[in-house]
Amino acid sequence: MGLLNLAIESIFIQNILLSLFLGMCSYLAQSKKMESAKGLGMAVIMVLTIATPLNWLIRRYLLQAGALSWTGVEALGALDLSFLTFICFIAVIASLVQIVEMVVDRFFPVLYNSLGIFLPLITVNCAILGASLFMVERQYSLTESVVYGSSSGVGWALAIMSLAAIRKKIRYSNVPEGLRGLGMAFIITGLMAIGFLCFSGISLGG
Amino acid sequence: MAKTRKIITDPLSDNNPVTWQVLGVCSALAVTTQVSTAVVMSLALTTVLCFSNVVISMLRNLIPNKIRMIVELCVIATLVILADQILRAFLYDISKQLSVFVGLIITNCIVMGRAEAYALQNPPFKSFLDGIGNGLGYSVVLIAVASLRELLGSGTWFGITILDTSWYTGNTLMLLPPGAFVIIGLLIWLQRTFISKTLREED
Repeated sequence: MGLLNLAIESIFIQNILLSLFLGMCSYLAQSKKMESAKGLGMAVIMVLTIATPLNWLIRRYLLQAGALSWTGVEALGALDLSFLTFICFIAVIASLVQIVEMVVDRFFPVLYNSLGIFLPLITVNCAILGASLFMVERQYSLTESVVYGSSSGVGWALAIMSLAAIRKKIRYSNVPEGLRGLGMAFIITGLMAIGFLCFSGISLGG
Repeated sequence: MAKTRKIITDPLSDNNPVTWQVLGVCSALAVTTQVSTAVVMSLALTTVLCFSNVVISMLRNLIPNKIRMIVELCVIATLVILADQILRAFLYDISKQLSVFVGLIITNCIVMGRAEAYALQNPPFKSFLDGIGNGLGYSVVLIAVASLRELLGSGTWFGITILDTSWYTGNTLMLLPPGAFVIIGLLIWLQRTFISKTLREED
């Protein structure tokens, strides 16, 4: 039950985009077309699901205070490398994105055709780094970090696809001139966030 | 002299894409419920931006073009770690409130963008000024959003009571995420209508 609650919480109640503001840049840039919103959404789900537990392992076995004690060397066991967290996480994410891109290109050419161009964009998507950092701050376990990563991705994809759908609907609406495009996207996001506030009433039952 | 001043003032006026500064603010919107956290966040970003510009500008003739992004990321991440450690050492309470958002300066598009667009082509001192200018642009937007949210949301500014609770009931919606989105949307509207008419994009 705990994992299901975590998933519901990170998709709806604490949506990574609508309540934590992470990943806004690519959210606004890629939401003009439904196809690109879908592609980027899928790519984000994939990378988040792999990156969050991977960063968990890196932190647990390399960076935390006393994390290196598995090496058996006493001097290493006494080290606390947690100040390197940021640089390690961003390096992991950047290289992971590269590897995922190559693997997808080699084994799933169909998928690559639809996701390929979005993968490089993801390195600088702050939702990925943000989810890893929240995972550290909230002290999730390995299974929890898998669930948290994937459901944050689902939440993000849900938000970008809804925005793309709404933007398509209002294409012919008469929006005031200065508000067209970016301004309106923000107002819509605000309204979506109000909508998502309703979910905060869900009782997760301990 | 006038030219050097222009490097700082340009990002604040209509010649530079100010909207871009609005976009850069996004990842930090979560800290705009209070002016004090917004000010600390702005200071942290401006410092990181200045020094990353200086370091990258000094290295600009040594960085091979193909791996420049990784080099930039390393420089920025190192500076962000320094900023985070300093905040933890001297401003522990505020650094708790800022939580992960200091770390997210690494992926902020302003920092990477200025390194790419300016520091790689210009000498260190000019890059430093460019960093100050863009940092100020970011701070203005972030602090404006935070001021509006804190004033309308809890009737205070910097913790000082402005709108007395005896007649003003705080608008809690302003303190919740939707308030931030709508304020940013309205700021962009204002900016495009009155400040930079050239920046309109068609949807």
